[in-house]
Amino acid sequence: MAMHVARNWRETPERYRMEAAKCKKCSAIHFPARLICPECQGREFATVRLSGKGELATFTIIRVAPTGFGDLTPYAVGIVKMDEGIHVMAQIVDCNPEELKIGDRVVSQFRRINQEGKTGMILYGYKFVPDLGL
Amino acid sequence: MNEVAIIGVGMTKWGELWEKSFRDISVEAALKCLDDAGVDKVDSITVGTMSGGLFNAQEHLGSLVADYLGQRFVPATRVESACASGGLAVKTAYMEVASGISQYALAVGVEKMTDVDGGDATFALATASDYDYEAFHGITFPGLYALMAVAHMKKYGTSLEQLAQVSVKNHHNGSLNPHAQFPCAVTLDQVMTSTMVADPMRLLHCSPITDGSAAVLLVPLAVAKKMNKPYAVITGIGHASDTIALCQRKDFAKLEVVEVAAQRALKMAGKTIRDIDFAEVHDCFSIAEIMVMEALGVVESGQGGPATMNGLTALDGDFPINPSGGLKSKGHPVGATGVAQVVEAVIQLRGQAGPRQIKNARTALTQNMGGSGASSIIHILEAR
Ligand SMILES: [Zn+2]
Repeated sequence: MAMHVARNWRETPERYRMEAAKCKKCSAIHFPARLICPECQGREFATVRLSGKGELATFTIIRVAPTGFGDLTPYAVGIVKMDEGIHVMAQIVDCNPEELKIGDRVVSQFRRINQEGKTGMILYGYKFVPDLGL
Repeated sequence: MNEVAIIGVGMTKWGELWEKSFRDISVEAALKCLDDAGVDKVDSITVGTMSGGLFNAQEHLGSLVADYLGQRFVPATRVESACASGGLAVKTAYMEVASGISQYALAVGVEKMTDVDGGDATFALATASDYDYEAFHGITFPGLYALMAVAHMKKYGTSLEQLAQVSVKNHHNGSLNPHAQFPCAVTLDQVMTSTMVADPMRLLHCSPITDGSAAVLLVPLAVAKKMNKPYAVITGIGHASDTIALCQRKDFAKLEVVEVAAQRALKMAGKTIRDIDFAEVHDCFSIAEIMVMEALGVVESGQGGPATMNGLTALDGDFPINPSGGLKSKGHPVGATGVAQVVEAVIQLRGQAGPRQIKNARTALTQNMGGSGASSIIHILEAR
């Protein structure tokens, strides 16, 4: 479905820089940012950038892909427990998906995610790769 | 508040119904329901459907159904809670009757999913997730439940064989249900070697794409008693929501939304899970049935797999689950599923389920789920 450019443009802080919101009252970190903290109802936040580092909490290998992702199959999607303590979902790439294990260390990279239907606009965001400590 | 009874039920045959439209199947199910009750005029209509817009390029579905059902000018409301839209329709109709606003409240669940191709259907379903933070990254619904399955296997040692047994059991039950989309038995080996969709979820762990509709008619209990027809009473309702994104939950191996909804429903009915004779639950994927039975308290956390293997939830087990065949075998027209669960419960409570009849079924529980567990609606029904 063709979406107006603003639909994706407004997600830039989260998708390009992994910007999260840290509650000024209880210090809980929320990704994406929220207007009210579900932990303490606080409404004031500081913008923080996630480190991009974490470990694999759970993952799957997508063999039957949705529209736009068919060229990538088989590809891994996981939930990563970030070192900040919160969880983020994204693709896990540059690896053999069959060899992934829960607990593997990963790090985020800026990558091409997909292409907007009719406009062909390329959508970017974060994916995770094995953390080789480089 | 009025006590509320279900006085009529109806559903279409489920499957890929190329020759029938959204309005055809919703009206067909509703007419069967009204004929079953012996009623020809209703006071309100609630239509539960997930996405007429994306599946059929048609919204404004309350009025569409009222119009083609010959109920012009009747107040008609469309409700949506993704795959729990049907359960929400039943709850909404309950509130119409309990409040005294309606005497005859019709709830229709419907989804016509085969008007678009598989990719577009997958897209429509994916909008039940957190689109910008889940579907955007290429996850699918089989994938979301696979993430839960992997977490559950790691935490509790749940095995691939135990997951597969859920499908074997439900296909056996569905083979006894003439309304089912796939009324055929499958073997453990067939499930375990079927095409991999999202590891470890294989094709035969997944509910299919289905066209179908189901309807129930709700009336005050006092009215039901005078109608000289078999009825069931809704004695408990539990409804809860949770984070839209799976990754924001505390435990990926647990469906907390189901636990909360179940506690609410059981409290309202004045019952414990031990008082329930059987359940229809939301087995959109095999892992879901295992996690739901744990969340309901049928077994301890982590025991859903072994209990399934041991036959606890089989038709002749101590706690039968999904006598209808469940979403797996009966099919999963998303908005219709929650209503059809209630239809099966009523048929069982009336003792009209034929070869799949559960002996001495007096109290039933239905559990309908939205998305990856961001909503759940539970009903408790009793034969009187
Ligand atoms: Zn806070």
